[in-house]
Amino acid sequence: MLAAIAFYVFSTVTVLSAVMVVSARNPVHSVLFLILTFFNSAALFVLLGAEFLAMMLIVVYVGAVAVLFLFVVMMLDIDFAQLRRGFLAYLPIGALIGLLLFGELVFISWYWTVSPDAVGHAGNPTPVGMTNTEALGRILYTNYVHVFQMAGMVLLVAMIGAIVLTLRHRVGVRRQNVSAQLARTPAQAVELRKVQPGEGL
Amino acid sequence: MSEFLGTIVWPLIWLVLPMLALIVSLLIMLAFLLLFDRKVWAAVALRRGPNVVGPYGLLQSFADFFKFVLKESIIPAGANKGVFILAPLVSFTLAMGGWAVVPVADRWVVADINVGILYIFAISSLGVYGIIMGGWASNSKYPFLGALRSAAQMVSYEVSIGFVIVTVLLTAGSLNLSKIVNAQAGGFYHWNLFGILFPMAVVFFISALAETNRPPFDLPEAESELVAGYQTEYSSSAYLLFQIGEYLNIVLMCAMASILFLGGWHAPLEIAPFTWIPDLGWFVIKVWAMFFLFAMVKAIVPRYRYDQLMRIGWKLFLPFSLLWVVVTSGYLLYFDKLP
Repeated sequence: MLAAIAFYVFSTVTVLSAVMVVSARNPVHSVLFLILTFFNSAALFVLLGAEFLAMMLIVVYVGAVAVLFLFVVMMLDIDFAQLRRGFLAYLPIGALIGLLLFGELVFISWYWTVSPDAVGHAGNPTPVGMTNTEALGRILYTNYVHVFQMAGMVLLVAMIGAIVLTLRHRVGVRRQNVSAQLARTPAQAVELRKVQPGEGL
Repeated sequence: MSEFLGTIVWPLIWLVLPMLALIVSLLIMLAFLLLFDRKVWAAVALRRGPNVVGPYGLLQSFADFFKFVLKESIIPAGANKGVFILAPLVSFTLAMGGWAVVPVADRWVVADINVGILYIFAISSLGVYGIIMGGWASNSKYPFLGALRSAAQMVSYEVSIGFVIVTVLLTAGSLNLSKIVNAQAGGFYHWNLFGILFPMAVVFFISALAETNRPPFDLPEAESELVAGYQTEYSSSAYLLFQIGEYLNIVLMCAMASILFLGGWHAPLEIAPFTWIPDLGWFVIKVWAMFFLFAMVKAIVPRYRYDQLMRIGWKLFLPFSLLWVVVTSGYLLYFDKLP
Protein backbone atom coordinates (compact mmCIF):
# COMPACT_ATOMS: atom_id res chain seq x y z
CA MET A 1 0.00 0.00 0.00
CA LEU A 2 2.74 2.40 1.02
CA ALA A 3 4.74 1.28 -2.01
CA ALA A 4 1.80 2.08 -4.28
CA ILE A 5 1.46 5.56 -2.78
CA ALA A 6 5.19 6.08 -3.16
CA PHE A 7 5.04 4.94 -6.78
CA TYR A 8 2.29 7.39 -7.67
CA VAL A 9 4.02 10.26 -5.87
CA PHE A 10 7.37 9.61 -7.55
CA SER A 11 5.98 9.01 -11.02
CA THR A 12 3.76 12.08 -10.87
CA VAL A 13 6.67 14.25 -9.82
CA THR A 14 8.84 12.68 -12.55
CA VAL A 15 6.36 13.43 -15.30
CA LEU A 16 5.56 16.92 -14.05
CA SER A 17 9.20 17.90 -13.69
CA ALA A 18 9.99 16.43 -17.11
CA VAL A 19 7.31 18.70 -18.53
CA MET A 20 8.82 21.61 -16.63
CA VAL A 21 12.26 20.86 -18.12
CA VAL A 22 11.00 21.84 -21.57
CA SER A 23 8.58 24.53 -20.50
CA ALA A 24 10.54 26.44 -17.86
CA ARG A 25 11.47 29.95 -18.99
CA ASN A 26 14.83 30.08 -17.24
CA PRO A 27 17.39 27.51 -18.47
CA VAL A 28 18.84 27.12 -14.98
CA HIS A 29 15.40 26.17 -13.73
CA SER A 30 15.21 23.68 -16.57
CA VAL A 31 18.39 21.99 -15.42
CA LEU A 32 17.17 21.94 -11.83
CA PHE A 33 13.94 20.29 -12.97
CA LEU A 34 16.01 17.81 -14.97
CA ILE A 35 17.83 16.94 -11.76
CA LEU A 36 14.50 16.45 -10.01
CA THR A 37 13.45 14.15 -12.85
CA PHE A 38 16.62 12.06 -12.51
CA PHE A 39 16.16 11.88 -8.77
CA ASN A 40 12.58 10.66 -8.99
CA SER A 41 13.48 8.13 -11.67
CA ALA A 42 16.10 6.81 -9.29
CA ALA A 43 13.39 6.48 -6.65
CA LEU A 44 11.29 4.51 -9.16
CA PHE A 45 14.28 2.21 -9.75
CA VAL A 46 14.46 1.63 -6.00
CA LEU A 47 10.78 0.70 -5.95
CA LEU A 48 11.47 -1.80 -8.75
CA GLY A 49 14.23 -3.37 -6.66
CA ALA A 50 17.05 -2.14 -8.90
CA GLU A 51 18.88 -0.37 -6.11
CA PHE A 52 22.31 -0.45 -7.74
CA LEU A 53 21.01 1.15 -10.92
CA ALA A 54 19.25 3.80 -8.87
CA MET A 55 22.42 4.75 -7.02
CA MET A 56 24.44 4.77 -10.24
CA LEU A 57 21.86 7.02 -11.87
CA ILE A 58 22.28 9.50 -9.04
CA VAL A 59 26.06 9.29 -8.79
CA VAL A 60 26.71 9.53 -12.52
CA TYR A 61 23.91 11.64 -13.91
CA VAL A 62 22.94 13.84 -11.01
CA GLY A 63 26.30 14.00 -9.26
CA ALA A 64 28.49 14.55 -12.29
CA VAL A 65 26.72 15.13 -15.61
CA ALA A 66 24.03 17.49 -14.34
CA VAL A 67 26.60 19.51 -12.38
CA LEU A 68 28.42 20.17 -15.64
CA PHE A 69 25.15 21.06 -17.35
CA LEU A 70 24.39 23.47 -14.57
CA PHE A 71 27.86 24.96 -14.80
CA VAL A 72 27.58 25.57 -18.52
CA VAL A 73 24.06 26.95 -18.36
CA MET A 74 24.95 29.30 -15.51
CA MET A 75 28.05 30.60 -17.24
CA LEU A 76 26.36 31.23 -20.58
CA ASP A 77 24.87 34.64 -21.01
CA ILE A 78 21.60 33.63 -22.59
CA ASP A 79 19.26 36.16 -24.13
CA PHE A 80 15.85 34.79 -23.23
CA ALA A 81 13.99 36.97 -25.73
CA GLN A 82 16.23 35.70 -28.52
CA LEU A 83 15.65 32.16 -27.34
CA ARG A 84 11.87 32.55 -27.46
CA ARG A 85 11.71 34.36 -30.78
CA GLY A 86 11.25 31.43 -33.12
CA PHE A 87 8.79 29.67 -30.85
CA LEU A 88 5.61 30.43 -32.79
CA ALA A 89 7.25 29.92 -36.18
CA TYR A 90 8.46 26.46 -35.27
CA LEU A 91 5.35 25.50 -33.32
CA PRO A 92 3.42 23.81 -36.18
CA ILE A 93 6.24 21.54 -37.31
CA GLY A 94 7.22 20.74 -33.72
CA ALA A 95 3.64 19.92 -32.84
CA LEU A 96 3.36 17.75 -35.95
CA ILE A 97 6.46 15.71 -35.03
CA GLY A 98 5.27 15.38 -31.46
CA LEU A 99 1.85 14.27 -32.62
CA LEU A 100 3.39 11.68 -34.95
CA LEU A 101 5.54 10.23 -32.18
CA PHE A 102 2.61 10.18 -29.81
CA GLY A 103 0.46 8.48 -32.45
CA GLU A 104 3.12 5.81 -32.95
CA LEU A 105 3.29 5.19 -29.22
CA VAL A 106 -0.49 4.81 -29.04
CA PHE A 107 -0.37 2.50 -32.04
CA ILE A 108 2.31 0.32 -30.43
CA SER A 109 0.53 0.06 -27.11
CA TRP A 110 -2.72 -0.80 -28.93
CA TYR A 111 -1.25 -3.75 -30.82
CA TRP A 112 1.31 -4.86 -28.21
CA THR A 113 1.39 -8.62 -27.73
CA VAL A 114 3.93 -10.63 -25.80
CA SER A 115 5.25 -13.67 -27.64
CA PRO A 116 4.49 -16.87 -25.71
CA ASP A 117 8.12 -18.02 -25.77
CA ALA A 118 9.46 -14.61 -24.70
CA VAL A 119 9.54 -15.73 -21.09
CA GLY A 120 12.10 -18.40 -21.90
CA HIS A 121 14.32 -15.86 -23.64
CA ALA A 122 14.32 -13.42 -20.74
CA GLY A 123 18.04 -12.89 -20.00
CA ASN A 124 19.42 -13.67 -16.60
CA PRO A 125 16.97 -12.99 -13.80
CA THR A 126 18.38 -12.06 -10.42
CA PRO A 127 19.23 -15.34 -8.66
CA VAL A 128 17.57 -15.96 -5.32
CA GLY A 129 19.63 -15.04 -2.26
CA MET A 130 21.90 -12.66 -4.13
CA THR A 131 21.88 -8.90 -3.98
CA ASN A 132 21.21 -6.82 -7.01
CA THR A 133 24.77 -5.52 -7.11
CA GLU A 134 26.30 -8.98 -6.91
CA ALA A 135 24.10 -10.33 -9.67
CA LEU A 136 24.97 -7.41 -11.95
CA GLY A 137 28.65 -7.81 -11.18
CA ARG A 138 28.60 -11.51 -11.96
CA ILE A 139 26.93 -10.96 -15.31
CA LEU A 140 29.14 -8.04 -16.29
CA TYR A 141 32.44 -9.52 -15.19
CA THR A 142 31.95 -13.17 -16.15
CA ASN A 143 29.51 -13.51 -19.05
CA TYR A 144 30.18 -10.22 -20.79
CA VAL A 145 33.63 -9.23 -19.57
CA HIS A 146 35.05 -8.64 -23.05
CA VAL A 147 32.19 -6.43 -24.17
CA PHE A 148 32.43 -4.57 -20.90
CA GLN A 149 36.15 -3.98 -21.29
CA MET A 150 35.71 -2.88 -24.88
CA ALA A 151 33.16 -0.32 -23.75
CA GLY A 152 35.67 0.86 -21.19
CA MET A 153 38.35 1.18 -23.87
CA VAL A 154 36.03 3.20 -26.10
CA LEU A 155 35.33 5.57 -23.22
CA LEU A 156 39.03 5.87 -22.42
CA VAL A 157 39.88 6.67 -26.03
CA ALA A 158 37.11 9.26 -26.12
CA MET A 159 38.40 10.83 -22.92
CA ILE A 160 42.00 10.98 -24.13
CA GLY A 161 40.78 12.36 -27.46
CA ALA A 162 38.88 15.14 -25.70
CA ILE A 163 41.96 16.04 -23.67
CA VAL A 164 44.23 16.01 -26.71
CA LEU A 165 41.82 18.19 -28.67
CA THR A 166 41.49 20.83 -25.97
CA LEU A 167 44.95 20.84 -24.44
CA ARG A 168 47.20 23.56 -25.75
CA HIS A 169 50.43 24.80 -24.26
CA ARG A 170 50.68 28.50 -24.81
CA VAL A 171 54.21 29.77 -25.16
CA GLY A 172 55.36 32.57 -22.93
CA VAL A 173 53.27 31.50 -19.96
CA ARG A 174 55.24 30.98 -16.78
CA ARG A 175 54.30 27.59 -15.43
CA GLN A 176 54.70 26.29 -11.94
CA ASN A 177 57.24 23.51 -11.57
CA VAL A 178 56.34 21.89 -8.29
CA SER A 179 59.27 19.51 -8.06
CA ALA A 180 61.71 22.37 -8.69
CA GLN A 181 59.99 24.39 -5.96
CA LEU A 182 60.19 21.53 -3.50
CA ALA A 183 63.83 20.88 -4.34
CA ARG A 184 64.85 24.41 -3.34
CA THR A 185 66.88 24.62 -0.16
CA PRO A 186 67.63 27.64 2.07
CA ALA A 187 71.23 27.53 0.83
CA GLN A 188 70.07 28.20 -2.72
CA ALA A 189 67.34 30.66 -1.91
CA VAL A 190 68.66 32.84 0.90
CA GLU A 191 71.89 34.78 1.06
CA LEU A 192 73.23 36.44 4.17
CA ARG A 193 74.92 39.79 3.59
CA LYS A 194 76.62 42.05 6.03
CA VAL A 195 75.10 45.50 5.55
CA GLN A 196 77.14 48.45 6.67
CA PRO A 197 75.18 51.24 8.39
CA GLY A 198 74.18 54.05 6.04
CA GLU A 199 75.30 52.25 2.87
CA GLY A 200 72.67 49.83 1.84
CA LEU A 201 73.31 47.02 -0.57
CA MET B 1 -10.96 2.01 9.12
CA SER B 2 -9.00 -0.59 11.06
CA GLU B 3 -7.54 -1.82 7.78
CA PHE B 4 -6.46 1.72 6.98
CA LEU B 5 -4.82 1.93 10.41
CA GLY B 6 -3.13 -1.43 9.94
CA THR B 7 -1.77 -0.92 6.45
CA ILE B 8 -0.93 2.75 6.40
CA VAL B 9 -0.88 4.50 9.73
CA TRP B 10 1.05 2.02 11.86
CA PRO B 11 3.74 1.23 9.28
CA LEU B 12 4.09 4.96 8.71
CA ILE B 13 4.51 5.60 12.42
CA TRP B 14 7.08 2.82 12.66
CA LEU B 15 8.89 4.36 9.72
CA VAL B 16 8.86 7.84 11.14
CA LEU B 17 9.72 7.08 14.79
CA PRO B 18 13.33 5.94 14.28
CA MET B 19 13.92 8.79 11.84
CA LEU B 20 12.64 11.29 14.36
CA ALA B 21 14.81 9.80 17.09
CA LEU B 22 17.86 9.98 14.82
CA ILE B 23 17.19 13.55 13.71
CA VAL B 24 16.58 14.89 17.21
CA SER B 25 19.60 13.18 18.75
CA LEU B 26 21.77 14.25 15.82
CA LEU B 27 20.76 17.87 16.09
CA ILE B 28 21.35 17.92 19.83
CA MET B 29 24.73 16.27 19.38
CA LEU B 30 25.49 18.80 16.68
CA ALA B 31 24.83 21.68 19.06
CA PHE B 32 27.57 20.41 21.35
CA LEU B 33 29.87 19.49 18.47
CA LEU B 34 29.69 23.09 17.27
CA LEU B 35 30.66 24.28 20.71
CA PHE B 36 33.42 21.67 20.87
CA ASP B 37 34.75 22.87 17.52
CA ARG B 38 34.94 26.44 18.78
CA LYS B 39 36.45 25.39 22.09
CA VAL B 40 39.20 23.38 20.39
CA TRP B 41 39.89 26.26 18.06
CA ALA B 42 40.04 28.65 20.99
CA ALA B 43 42.30 26.35 23.00
CA VAL B 44 44.79 26.12 20.16
CA ALA B 45 44.80 29.91 19.92
CA LEU B 46 45.18 30.19 23.72
CA ARG B 47 41.74 31.75 24.06
CA ARG B 48 38.84 30.67 26.22
CA GLY B 49 36.21 30.36 23.56
CA PRO B 50 32.51 30.73 24.29
CA ASN B 51 32.10 30.63 28.07
CA VAL B 52 29.24 32.97 28.92
CA VAL B 53 25.98 31.20 28.08
CA GLY B 54 25.39 28.40 30.56
CA PRO B 55 28.07 26.59 32.58
CA TYR B 56 31.35 26.58 30.57
CA GLY B 57 29.40 28.05 27.66
CA LEU B 58 27.57 24.76 27.14
CA LEU B 59 24.39 26.45 25.96
CA GLN B 60 26.13 28.72 23.45
CA SER B 61 24.83 26.83 20.41
CA PHE B 62 21.25 27.09 21.65
CA ALA B 63 21.65 30.81 22.13
CA ASP B 64 23.04 31.04 18.59
CA PHE B 65 20.10 29.03 17.34
CA PHE B 66 17.59 31.47 18.81
CA LYS B 67 19.60 34.40 17.54
CA PHE B 68 19.50 33.06 13.97
CA VAL B 69 15.85 32.08 14.05
CA LEU B 70 14.66 35.39 15.49
CA LYS B 71 16.61 37.54 13.04
CA GLU B 72 14.95 39.08 10.03
CA SER B 73 15.48 37.04 6.90
CA ILE B 74 16.58 39.17 4.00
CA ILE B 75 16.13 38.17 0.39
CA PRO B 76 18.12 40.38 -2.00
CA ALA B 77 16.03 42.20 -4.57
CA GLY B 78 18.01 40.78 -7.48
CA ALA B 79 17.87 37.24 -6.19
CA ASN B 80 16.05 34.41 -7.88
CA LYS B 81 13.60 34.01 -5.04
CA GLY B 82 12.49 30.40 -5.36
CA VAL B 83 15.96 28.95 -5.86
CA PHE B 84 17.35 31.27 -3.18
CA ILE B 85 15.00 29.83 -0.57
CA LEU B 86 15.31 26.29 -1.88
CA ALA B 87 19.12 26.16 -1.70
CA PRO B 88 19.58 25.99 2.10
CA LEU B 89 16.69 23.54 2.34
CA VAL B 90 18.34 21.27 -0.22
CA SER B 91 21.64 21.57 1.61
CA PHE B 92 20.12 20.67 4.97
CA THR B 93 17.83 17.91 3.72
CA LEU B 94 20.55 16.11 1.80
CA ALA B 95 22.95 16.31 4.72
CA MET B 96 20.25 14.81 6.93
CA GLY B 97 19.28 12.21 4.34
CA GLY B 98 22.72 10.68 4.27
CA TRP B 99 22.34 9.69 7.91
CA ALA B 100 19.46 7.34 7.11
CA VAL B 101 21.78 4.44 6.33
CA VAL B 102 24.43 5.01 9.00
CA PRO B 103 24.47 2.11 11.47
CA VAL B 104 25.06 3.69 14.88
CA ALA B 105 25.09 0.33 16.68
CA ASP B 106 24.40 -3.30 15.92
CA ARG B 107 21.11 -3.30 13.93
CA TRP B 108 20.48 0.29 14.98
CA VAL B 109 19.96 1.81 11.59
CA VAL B 110 16.97 3.53 10.04
CA ALA B 111 17.37 1.91 6.61
CA ASP B 112 19.64 -1.12 6.38
CA ILE B 113 19.90 -1.10 2.59
CA ASN B 114 22.23 -3.29 0.53
CA VAL B 115 23.87 -0.40 -1.28
CA GLY B 116 24.29 1.77 1.82
CA ILE B 117 27.73 3.05 1.02
CA LEU B 118 26.76 3.94 -2.54
CA TYR B 119 23.75 5.76 -1.14
CA ILE B 120 25.96 7.90 1.08
CA PHE B 121 28.29 8.51 -1.85
CA ALA B 122 25.35 9.55 -4.02
CA ILE B 123 23.84 11.80 -1.37
CA SER B 124 27.13 13.51 -0.60
CA SER B 125 27.68 14.10 -4.32
CA LEU B 126 24.31 15.85 -4.37
CA GLY B 127 25.38 18.19 -1.58
CA VAL B 128 27.03 20.41 -4.15
CA TYR B 129 23.64 21.46 -5.50
CA GLY B 130 22.68 23.36 -2.38
CA ILE B 131 25.85 25.40 -2.74
CA ILE B 132 25.61 25.99 -6.49
CA MET B 133 21.96 26.96 -6.22
CA GLY B 134 22.68 29.31 -3.34
CA GLY B 135 25.59 30.91 -5.15
CA TRP B 136 23.73 31.36 -8.39
CA ALA B 137 20.41 32.52 -6.94
CA SER B 138 22.08 35.23 -4.85
CA ASN B 139 22.83 37.06 -8.12
CA SER B 140 26.02 38.49 -6.71
CA LYS B 141 29.63 37.95 -7.69
CA TYR B 142 31.16 36.63 -4.46
CA PRO B 143 28.56 33.94 -3.87
CA PHE B 144 28.82 32.88 -7.49
CA LEU B 145 32.61 32.61 -7.39
CA GLY B 146 32.37 30.70 -4.12
CA ALA B 147 29.83 28.33 -5.60
CA LEU B 148 31.99 27.69 -8.65
CA ARG B 149 35.01 26.96 -6.51
CA SER B 150 33.04 24.70 -4.26
CA ALA B 151 31.52 22.75 -7.11
CA ALA B 152 34.87 22.16 -8.79
CA GLN B 153 36.41 21.15 -5.48
CA MET B 154 33.68 18.74 -4.48
CA VAL B 155 33.50 17.08 -7.89
CA SER B 156 37.28 16.58 -7.88
CA TYR B 157 37.55 15.04 -4.45
CA GLU B 158 34.55 12.79 -4.90
CA VAL B 159 36.63 10.80 -7.37
CA SER B 160 39.28 9.85 -4.84
CA ILE B 161 36.66 9.21 -2.16
CA GLY B 162 35.04 6.84 -4.63
CA PHE B 163 38.25 4.89 -5.04
CA VAL B 164 38.79 4.78 -1.27
CA ILE B 165 35.32 3.30 -0.96
CA VAL B 166 36.17 0.73 -3.63
CA THR B 167 39.19 -0.49 -1.66
CA VAL B 168 37.11 -0.83 1.49
CA LEU B 169 34.45 -2.73 -0.46
CA LEU B 170 37.09 -5.14 -1.73
CA THR B 171 38.17 -6.01 1.79
CA ALA B 172 34.65 -6.21 3.22
CA GLY B 173 32.95 -7.82 0.23
CA SER B 174 29.72 -5.91 0.67
CA LEU B 175 28.14 -2.53 0.01
CA ASN B 176 26.09 -2.78 3.18
CA LEU B 177 27.49 -0.56 5.92
CA SER B 178 26.61 -2.98 8.73
CA LYS B 179 28.48 -5.75 6.93
CA ILE B 180 31.47 -3.48 6.38
CA VAL B 181 31.54 -2.79 10.12
CA ASN B 182 31.12 -6.45 11.02
CA ALA B 183 33.99 -7.39 8.72
CA GLN B 184 36.23 -5.42 11.12
CA ALA B 185 34.95 -7.05 14.32
CA GLY B 186 37.15 -8.62 16.98
CA GLY B 187 39.63 -6.00 18.12
CA PHE B 188 41.41 -2.96 16.79
CA TYR B 189 43.97 -4.97 14.84
CA HIS B 190 41.14 -6.06 12.52
CA TRP B 191 40.24 -2.48 11.71
CA ASN B 192 40.85 -1.34 8.18
CA LEU B 193 43.00 1.45 9.52
CA PHE B 194 45.70 -0.98 10.62
CA GLY B 195 46.36 -2.93 7.47
CA ILE B 196 46.79 -2.57 3.77
CA LEU B 197 44.23 0.23 3.73
CA PHE B 198 46.13 2.66 5.98
CA PRO B 199 47.18 4.99 3.11
CA MET B 200 43.58 5.03 1.95
CA ALA B 201 42.50 6.18 5.41
CA VAL B 202 44.83 9.17 5.06
CA VAL B 203 43.54 9.91 1.58
CA PHE B 204 39.97 9.61 2.84
CA PHE B 205 40.57 11.99 5.72
CA ILE B 206 42.08 14.69 3.52
CA SER B 207 39.47 14.19 0.83
CA ALA B 208 36.76 14.43 3.47
CA LEU B 209 38.18 17.78 4.55
CA ALA B 210 38.05 18.99 0.97
CA GLU B 211 34.66 17.48 0.26
CA THR B 212 33.05 19.23 3.22
CA ASN B 213 34.79 22.55 2.49
CA ARG B 214 36.53 22.47 5.84
CA PRO B 215 39.72 24.41 6.52
CA PRO B 216 42.42 24.17 5.14
CA PHE B 217 40.29 23.66 2.01
CA ASP B 218 37.57 26.20 2.82
CA LEU B 219 38.20 28.21 -0.33
CA PRO B 220 34.51 28.49 -1.22
CA GLU B 221 34.08 30.70 1.81
CA ALA B 222 37.56 32.16 2.06
CA GLU B 223 36.71 35.34 3.94
CA SER B 224 39.78 37.24 2.79
CA GLU B 225 38.82 36.86 -0.86
CA LEU B 226 35.13 36.11 -1.13
CA VAL B 227 33.53 37.64 2.01
CA ALA B 228 31.66 34.48 3.00
CA GLY B 229 31.47 32.71 -0.35
CA TYR B 230 28.12 31.28 -1.30
CA GLN B 231 26.62 32.30 2.05
CA THR B 232 27.31 36.01 1.64
CA GLU B 233 23.73 37.03 0.86
CA TYR B 234 22.13 34.70 3.38
CA SER B 235 20.88 35.66 6.81
CA SER B 236 18.88 34.28 9.73
CA SER B 237 17.26 30.83 9.32
CA ALA B 238 18.49 30.25 5.78
CA TYR B 239 22.06 30.86 6.90
CA LEU B 240 21.50 28.62 9.89
CA LEU B 241 20.27 25.82 7.61
CA PHE B 242 23.40 26.16 5.47
CA GLN B 243 25.58 26.01 8.57
CA ILE B 244 23.78 23.01 10.05
CA GLY B 245 23.92 21.26 6.68
CA GLU B 246 27.63 21.86 6.45
CA TYR B 247 28.29 20.55 9.94
CA LEU B 248 25.99 17.57 9.39
CA ASN B 249 28.07 16.70 6.36
CA ILE B 250 31.23 16.96 8.42
CA VAL B 251 29.83 14.69 11.12
CA LEU B 252 28.63 12.32 8.41
CA MET B 253 32.18 12.18 7.08
CA CYS B 254 33.43 11.49 10.62
CA ALA B 255 30.88 8.70 10.91
CA MET B 256 31.95 7.35 7.53
CA ALA B 257 35.59 7.39 8.58
CA SER B 258 34.77 5.49 11.76
CA ILE B 259 32.64 2.97 9.84
CA LEU B 260 35.08 2.42 7.00
CA PHE B 261 38.34 2.44 8.92
CA LEU B 262 37.77 2.39 12.68
CA GLY B 263 35.46 -0.58 13.05
CA GLY B 264 32.22 1.35 13.56
CA TRP B 265 30.50 0.41 16.79
CA HIS B 266 32.97 -2.32 17.76
CA ALA B 267 35.11 -1.88 20.88
CA PRO B 268 38.87 -1.74 20.27
CA LEU B 269 39.34 -4.86 22.39
CA GLU B 270 36.70 -7.43 23.27
CA ILE B 271 37.70 -7.58 26.96
CA ALA B 272 36.23 -6.30 30.19
CA PRO B 273 36.78 -2.55 30.57
CA PHE B 274 36.15 -1.89 26.89
CA THR B 275 32.97 -3.95 26.66
CA TRP B 276 31.32 -1.99 29.50
CA ILE B 277 30.66 0.83 27.10
CA PRO B 278 27.71 -0.02 24.82
CA ASP B 279 28.00 -0.20 21.02
CA LEU B 280 26.39 3.18 20.54
CA GLY B 281 28.87 4.68 22.99
CA TRP B 282 31.84 3.42 21.00
CA PHE B 283 30.38 4.76 17.80
CA VAL B 284 29.82 8.19 19.33
CA ILE B 285 33.32 8.20 20.83
CA LYS B 286 34.84 7.42 17.45
CA VAL B 287 32.81 10.12 15.74
CA TRP B 288 33.89 12.67 18.35
CA ALA B 289 37.52 11.59 18.02
CA MET B 290 37.36 12.07 14.27
CA PHE B 291 35.67 15.41 14.77
CA PHE B 292 38.45 16.41 17.13
CA LEU B 293 40.91 15.77 14.30
CA PHE B 294 38.79 17.91 11.98
CA ALA B 295 38.74 20.70 14.55
CA MET B 296 42.48 20.48 15.14
CA VAL B 297 43.20 20.66 11.42
CA LYS B 298 40.99 23.74 11.21
CA ALA B 299 42.88 25.38 14.05
CA ILE B 300 46.40 24.46 12.98
CA VAL B 301 46.72 24.32 9.21
CA PRO B 302 46.70 27.50 7.09
CA ARG B 303 44.45 27.75 4.04
CA TYR B 304 45.58 26.17 0.79
CA ARG B 305 45.93 27.96 -2.50
CA TYR B 306 43.27 26.93 -4.98
CA ASP B 307 45.56 25.55 -7.68
CA GLN B 308 47.44 23.55 -5.10
CA LEU B 309 44.17 22.08 -3.89
CA MET B 310 43.25 21.00 -7.40
CA ARG B 311 46.75 19.66 -7.93
CA ILE B 312 46.54 17.39 -4.89
CA GLY B 313 43.13 16.13 -5.91
CA TRP B 314 43.83 15.27 -9.51
CA LYS B 315 47.57 14.69 -9.71
CA LEU B 316 48.26 13.00 -6.38
CA PHE B 317 45.18 11.44 -4.84
CA LEU B 318 43.54 10.19 -8.00
CA PRO B 319 46.54 8.25 -9.40
CA PHE B 320 47.54 7.07 -5.95
CA SER B 321 44.13 5.80 -4.97
CA LEU B 322 43.74 4.16 -8.37
CA LEU B 323 47.08 2.43 -7.83
CA TRP B 324 46.01 1.38 -4.36
CA VAL B 325 42.83 -0.23 -5.70
CA VAL B 326 45.09 -2.44 -7.84
CA VAL B 327 47.49 -3.08 -4.94
CA THR B 328 44.67 -3.97 -2.56
CA SER B 329 42.99 -6.35 -4.96
CA GLY B 330 46.32 -7.97 -5.77
CA TYR B 331 47.08 -8.36 -2.07
CA LEU B 332 43.67 -9.83 -1.32
CA LEU B 333 43.94 -12.24 -4.22
CA TYR B 334 47.53 -13.32 -3.51
CA PHE B 335 46.99 -13.98 0.20
CA ASP B 336 43.58 -15.50 -0.48
CA LYS B 337 41.79 -12.97 1.72
CA LEU B 338 38.95 -12.18 -0.62
CA PRO B 339 35.68 -12.38 1.30
